[in-house]
Amino acid sequence: MSDQNVPLSRRQILRDGLWTASLTACGAAGAALAALSRRDSYVWQINPHKCIGCDRCATHCVLSESAVKCVHAYSMCGYCDLCTGYFDPDPKSLDTGAENQLCPTGAIRRRFIEEPYFEFTIDEKLCIGCAKCVVGCSAFGNGSLFLQIRHDRCLNCNECAIARVCPSQAFVRVPSRQPYLMKDQI
Amino acid sequence: MKKSAAKTLIVLIILFWTGLAGGVRRLPPPQFETDYQIPTATEPPPRMSVWDPADVAVLFGALLLSSWLTLKKRSRRWIVGLMIFSLAYFGFWRKGCICPIGAVGNVSLSLFDPSYALPAAATAFFLLPLLAGLFFGRAFCGAVCPLGAIQDLVVLHPLMVPGWMETALRLGAWLYLALSVLYAATGSGLLICRYDPFIAFFRLSPNSLLWLLGLLFLAVGVFIGRPYCRFVCPYGLLLRQAGRLSRRHVTITPDECIHCRLCEDVCPFGAIDKPTAHWPAEIFARDRRRMIFLFVLLPVLVAVGGWIGYRVHPALAQGNPTVALARQVQEMESGRMTELTDPIKAFHTTGTSVGALYAQRDQVLQKFAVGGTLVGAFVALIAAGKLIAVSIHRVRTDYQANRAGCLSCGRCFAYCPRQRIADKPESAGNRGSEKESAV
Repeated sequence: MSDQNVPLSRRQILRDGLWTASLTACGAAGAALAALSRRDSYVWQINPHKCIGCDRCATHCVLSESAVKCVHAYSMCGYCDLCTGYFDPDPKSLDTGAENQLCPTGAIRRRFIEEPYFEFTIDEKLCIGCAKCVVGCSAFGNGSLFLQIRHDRCLNCNECAIARVCPSQAFVRVPSRQPYLMKDQI
Repeated sequence: MKKSAAKTLIVLIILFWTGLAGGVRRLPPPQFETDYQIPTATEPPPRMSVWDPADVAVLFGALLLSSWLTLKKRSRRWIVGLMIFSLAYFGFWRKGCICPIGAVGNVSLSLFDPSYALPAAATAFFLLPLLAGLFFGRAFCGAVCPLGAIQDLVVLHPLMVPGWMETALRLGAWLYLALSVLYAATGSGLLICRYDPFIAFFRLSPNSLLWLLGLLFLAVGVFIGRPYCRFVCPYGLLLRQAGRLSRRHVTITPDECIHCRLCEDVCPFGAIDKPTAHWPAEIFARDRRRMIFLFVLLPVLVAVGGWIGYRVHPALAQGNPTVALARQVQEMESGRMTELTDPIKAFHTTGTSVGALYAQRDQVLQKFAVGGTLVGAFVALIAAGKLIAVSIHRVRTDYQANRAGCLSCGRCFAYCPRQRIADKPESAGNRGSEKESAV
């Protein structure tokens, strides 16, 4: 290339200058961003204290079965027999028949512990994140049922489709080291 | 019997609740007599962070491979192979996140929002294709970008878009880039990710509007090659500039152009520049006059653009959640809206005062006023630059890949007779076995 001794044109000098400047800019930007950035990425999570339990989590996730599920903070639970997150507010009879349950998919499992306490567990395979139980529990109970993004399912979209429609702006980015905002811990 | 018992209990609960005056715990913690241990909720770890380093490594490798395939190996077949791999890996396997196009939003967000730290993977995804662009041209667009790949595979009956129209339509992409930066900078959302047309395919998402958008782009893409890449993609604009400056660049011919015109209209993206006529000397004098006029006009255009941007900033700001909420609350307060919406319900539970919300909104509006003006001025500046660029007569002697527009897809290689000779020197001229390369 150099043996032909081509005279440098004005355009070539301009190009070379711009190229060097761009490369330097890329390097500088890389260094600056690397200094700013953290190794662990961010993930989305719901702040349960802001959540009002609308049912958008069930319908707006990019996954056809939402990544948002109900989570139970057992340490907050009253272990009530008459759980307002479990029973329909106006039950036909007070037994555990499906028609008396609040959960449309029967995802809440009820287990007798001792008189008069019952343990309630979420079957995540069945939970659709509709927040009916969340609303029921926080209306009369301790609010130990709450929604969380389950990270074994979440695709961690750059812009969460539910966050965009969340009426309470409860979706926040949290470091992936601590990907949950458990209601009994915050 | 049981029903009335339940109601009594609920009444008791309510009484208890009011007694606690809204305390967090309305029901006492149970005193277990058996040895029951209170369980804790499981916390499955994020599965994505594991993949971040792998993604960066795959991106780096794919960029190098794509560069090598376009510059050295010069094989459309291998490029298509890499394209399909990228579509499968970055698209369907990694569900389209993270990608350099969307990383534009993350980078803008991290520059303006100190509480958001850019993940290292996003930094790498944003910078690596640009660096590759500075050295090898748009190797990313050619065979690495999943959005490009899915469109490249449906280019069946490409129609030529006139150069002036291509330039004019690209102004829309500049506007999109500027708006995306504005939205990310004001914390209003990541537009590029929100309206990624193929994300619904990659995730098999139930969002029917996004499916429609994707299908629309693919349907248009049958006739107009890679419409998203050419007329929408904001990151492509950055790569265009890198391609202009690139050290090495795709060439149509492996050695010399023999002006056979065989490649003239094979590029479905209109990225092959034809040799120019011999311009008469007076045309350059006219160019000069026109350029001086345009340079005088430039500040006027920029001012007009800025003014328009300022005028539309309240409308733009409606995309910001705080501004949208404040508007709803204001309508509620003034009695124009009576229905209690979810956002207002949620706002009331936060306990923030209406005044504080309005103050927040005014802050956001101020940002949008500045940002909107800048967006308008910037787009006008680009428009003026385009006018100046088209008013200059360039001199070209050979058929060349346009440095900015070439997407490194490798379609033109097989059309060059010099390539045929280079492939098989002994039997040049009587081979027709590369039909698959012509797809």
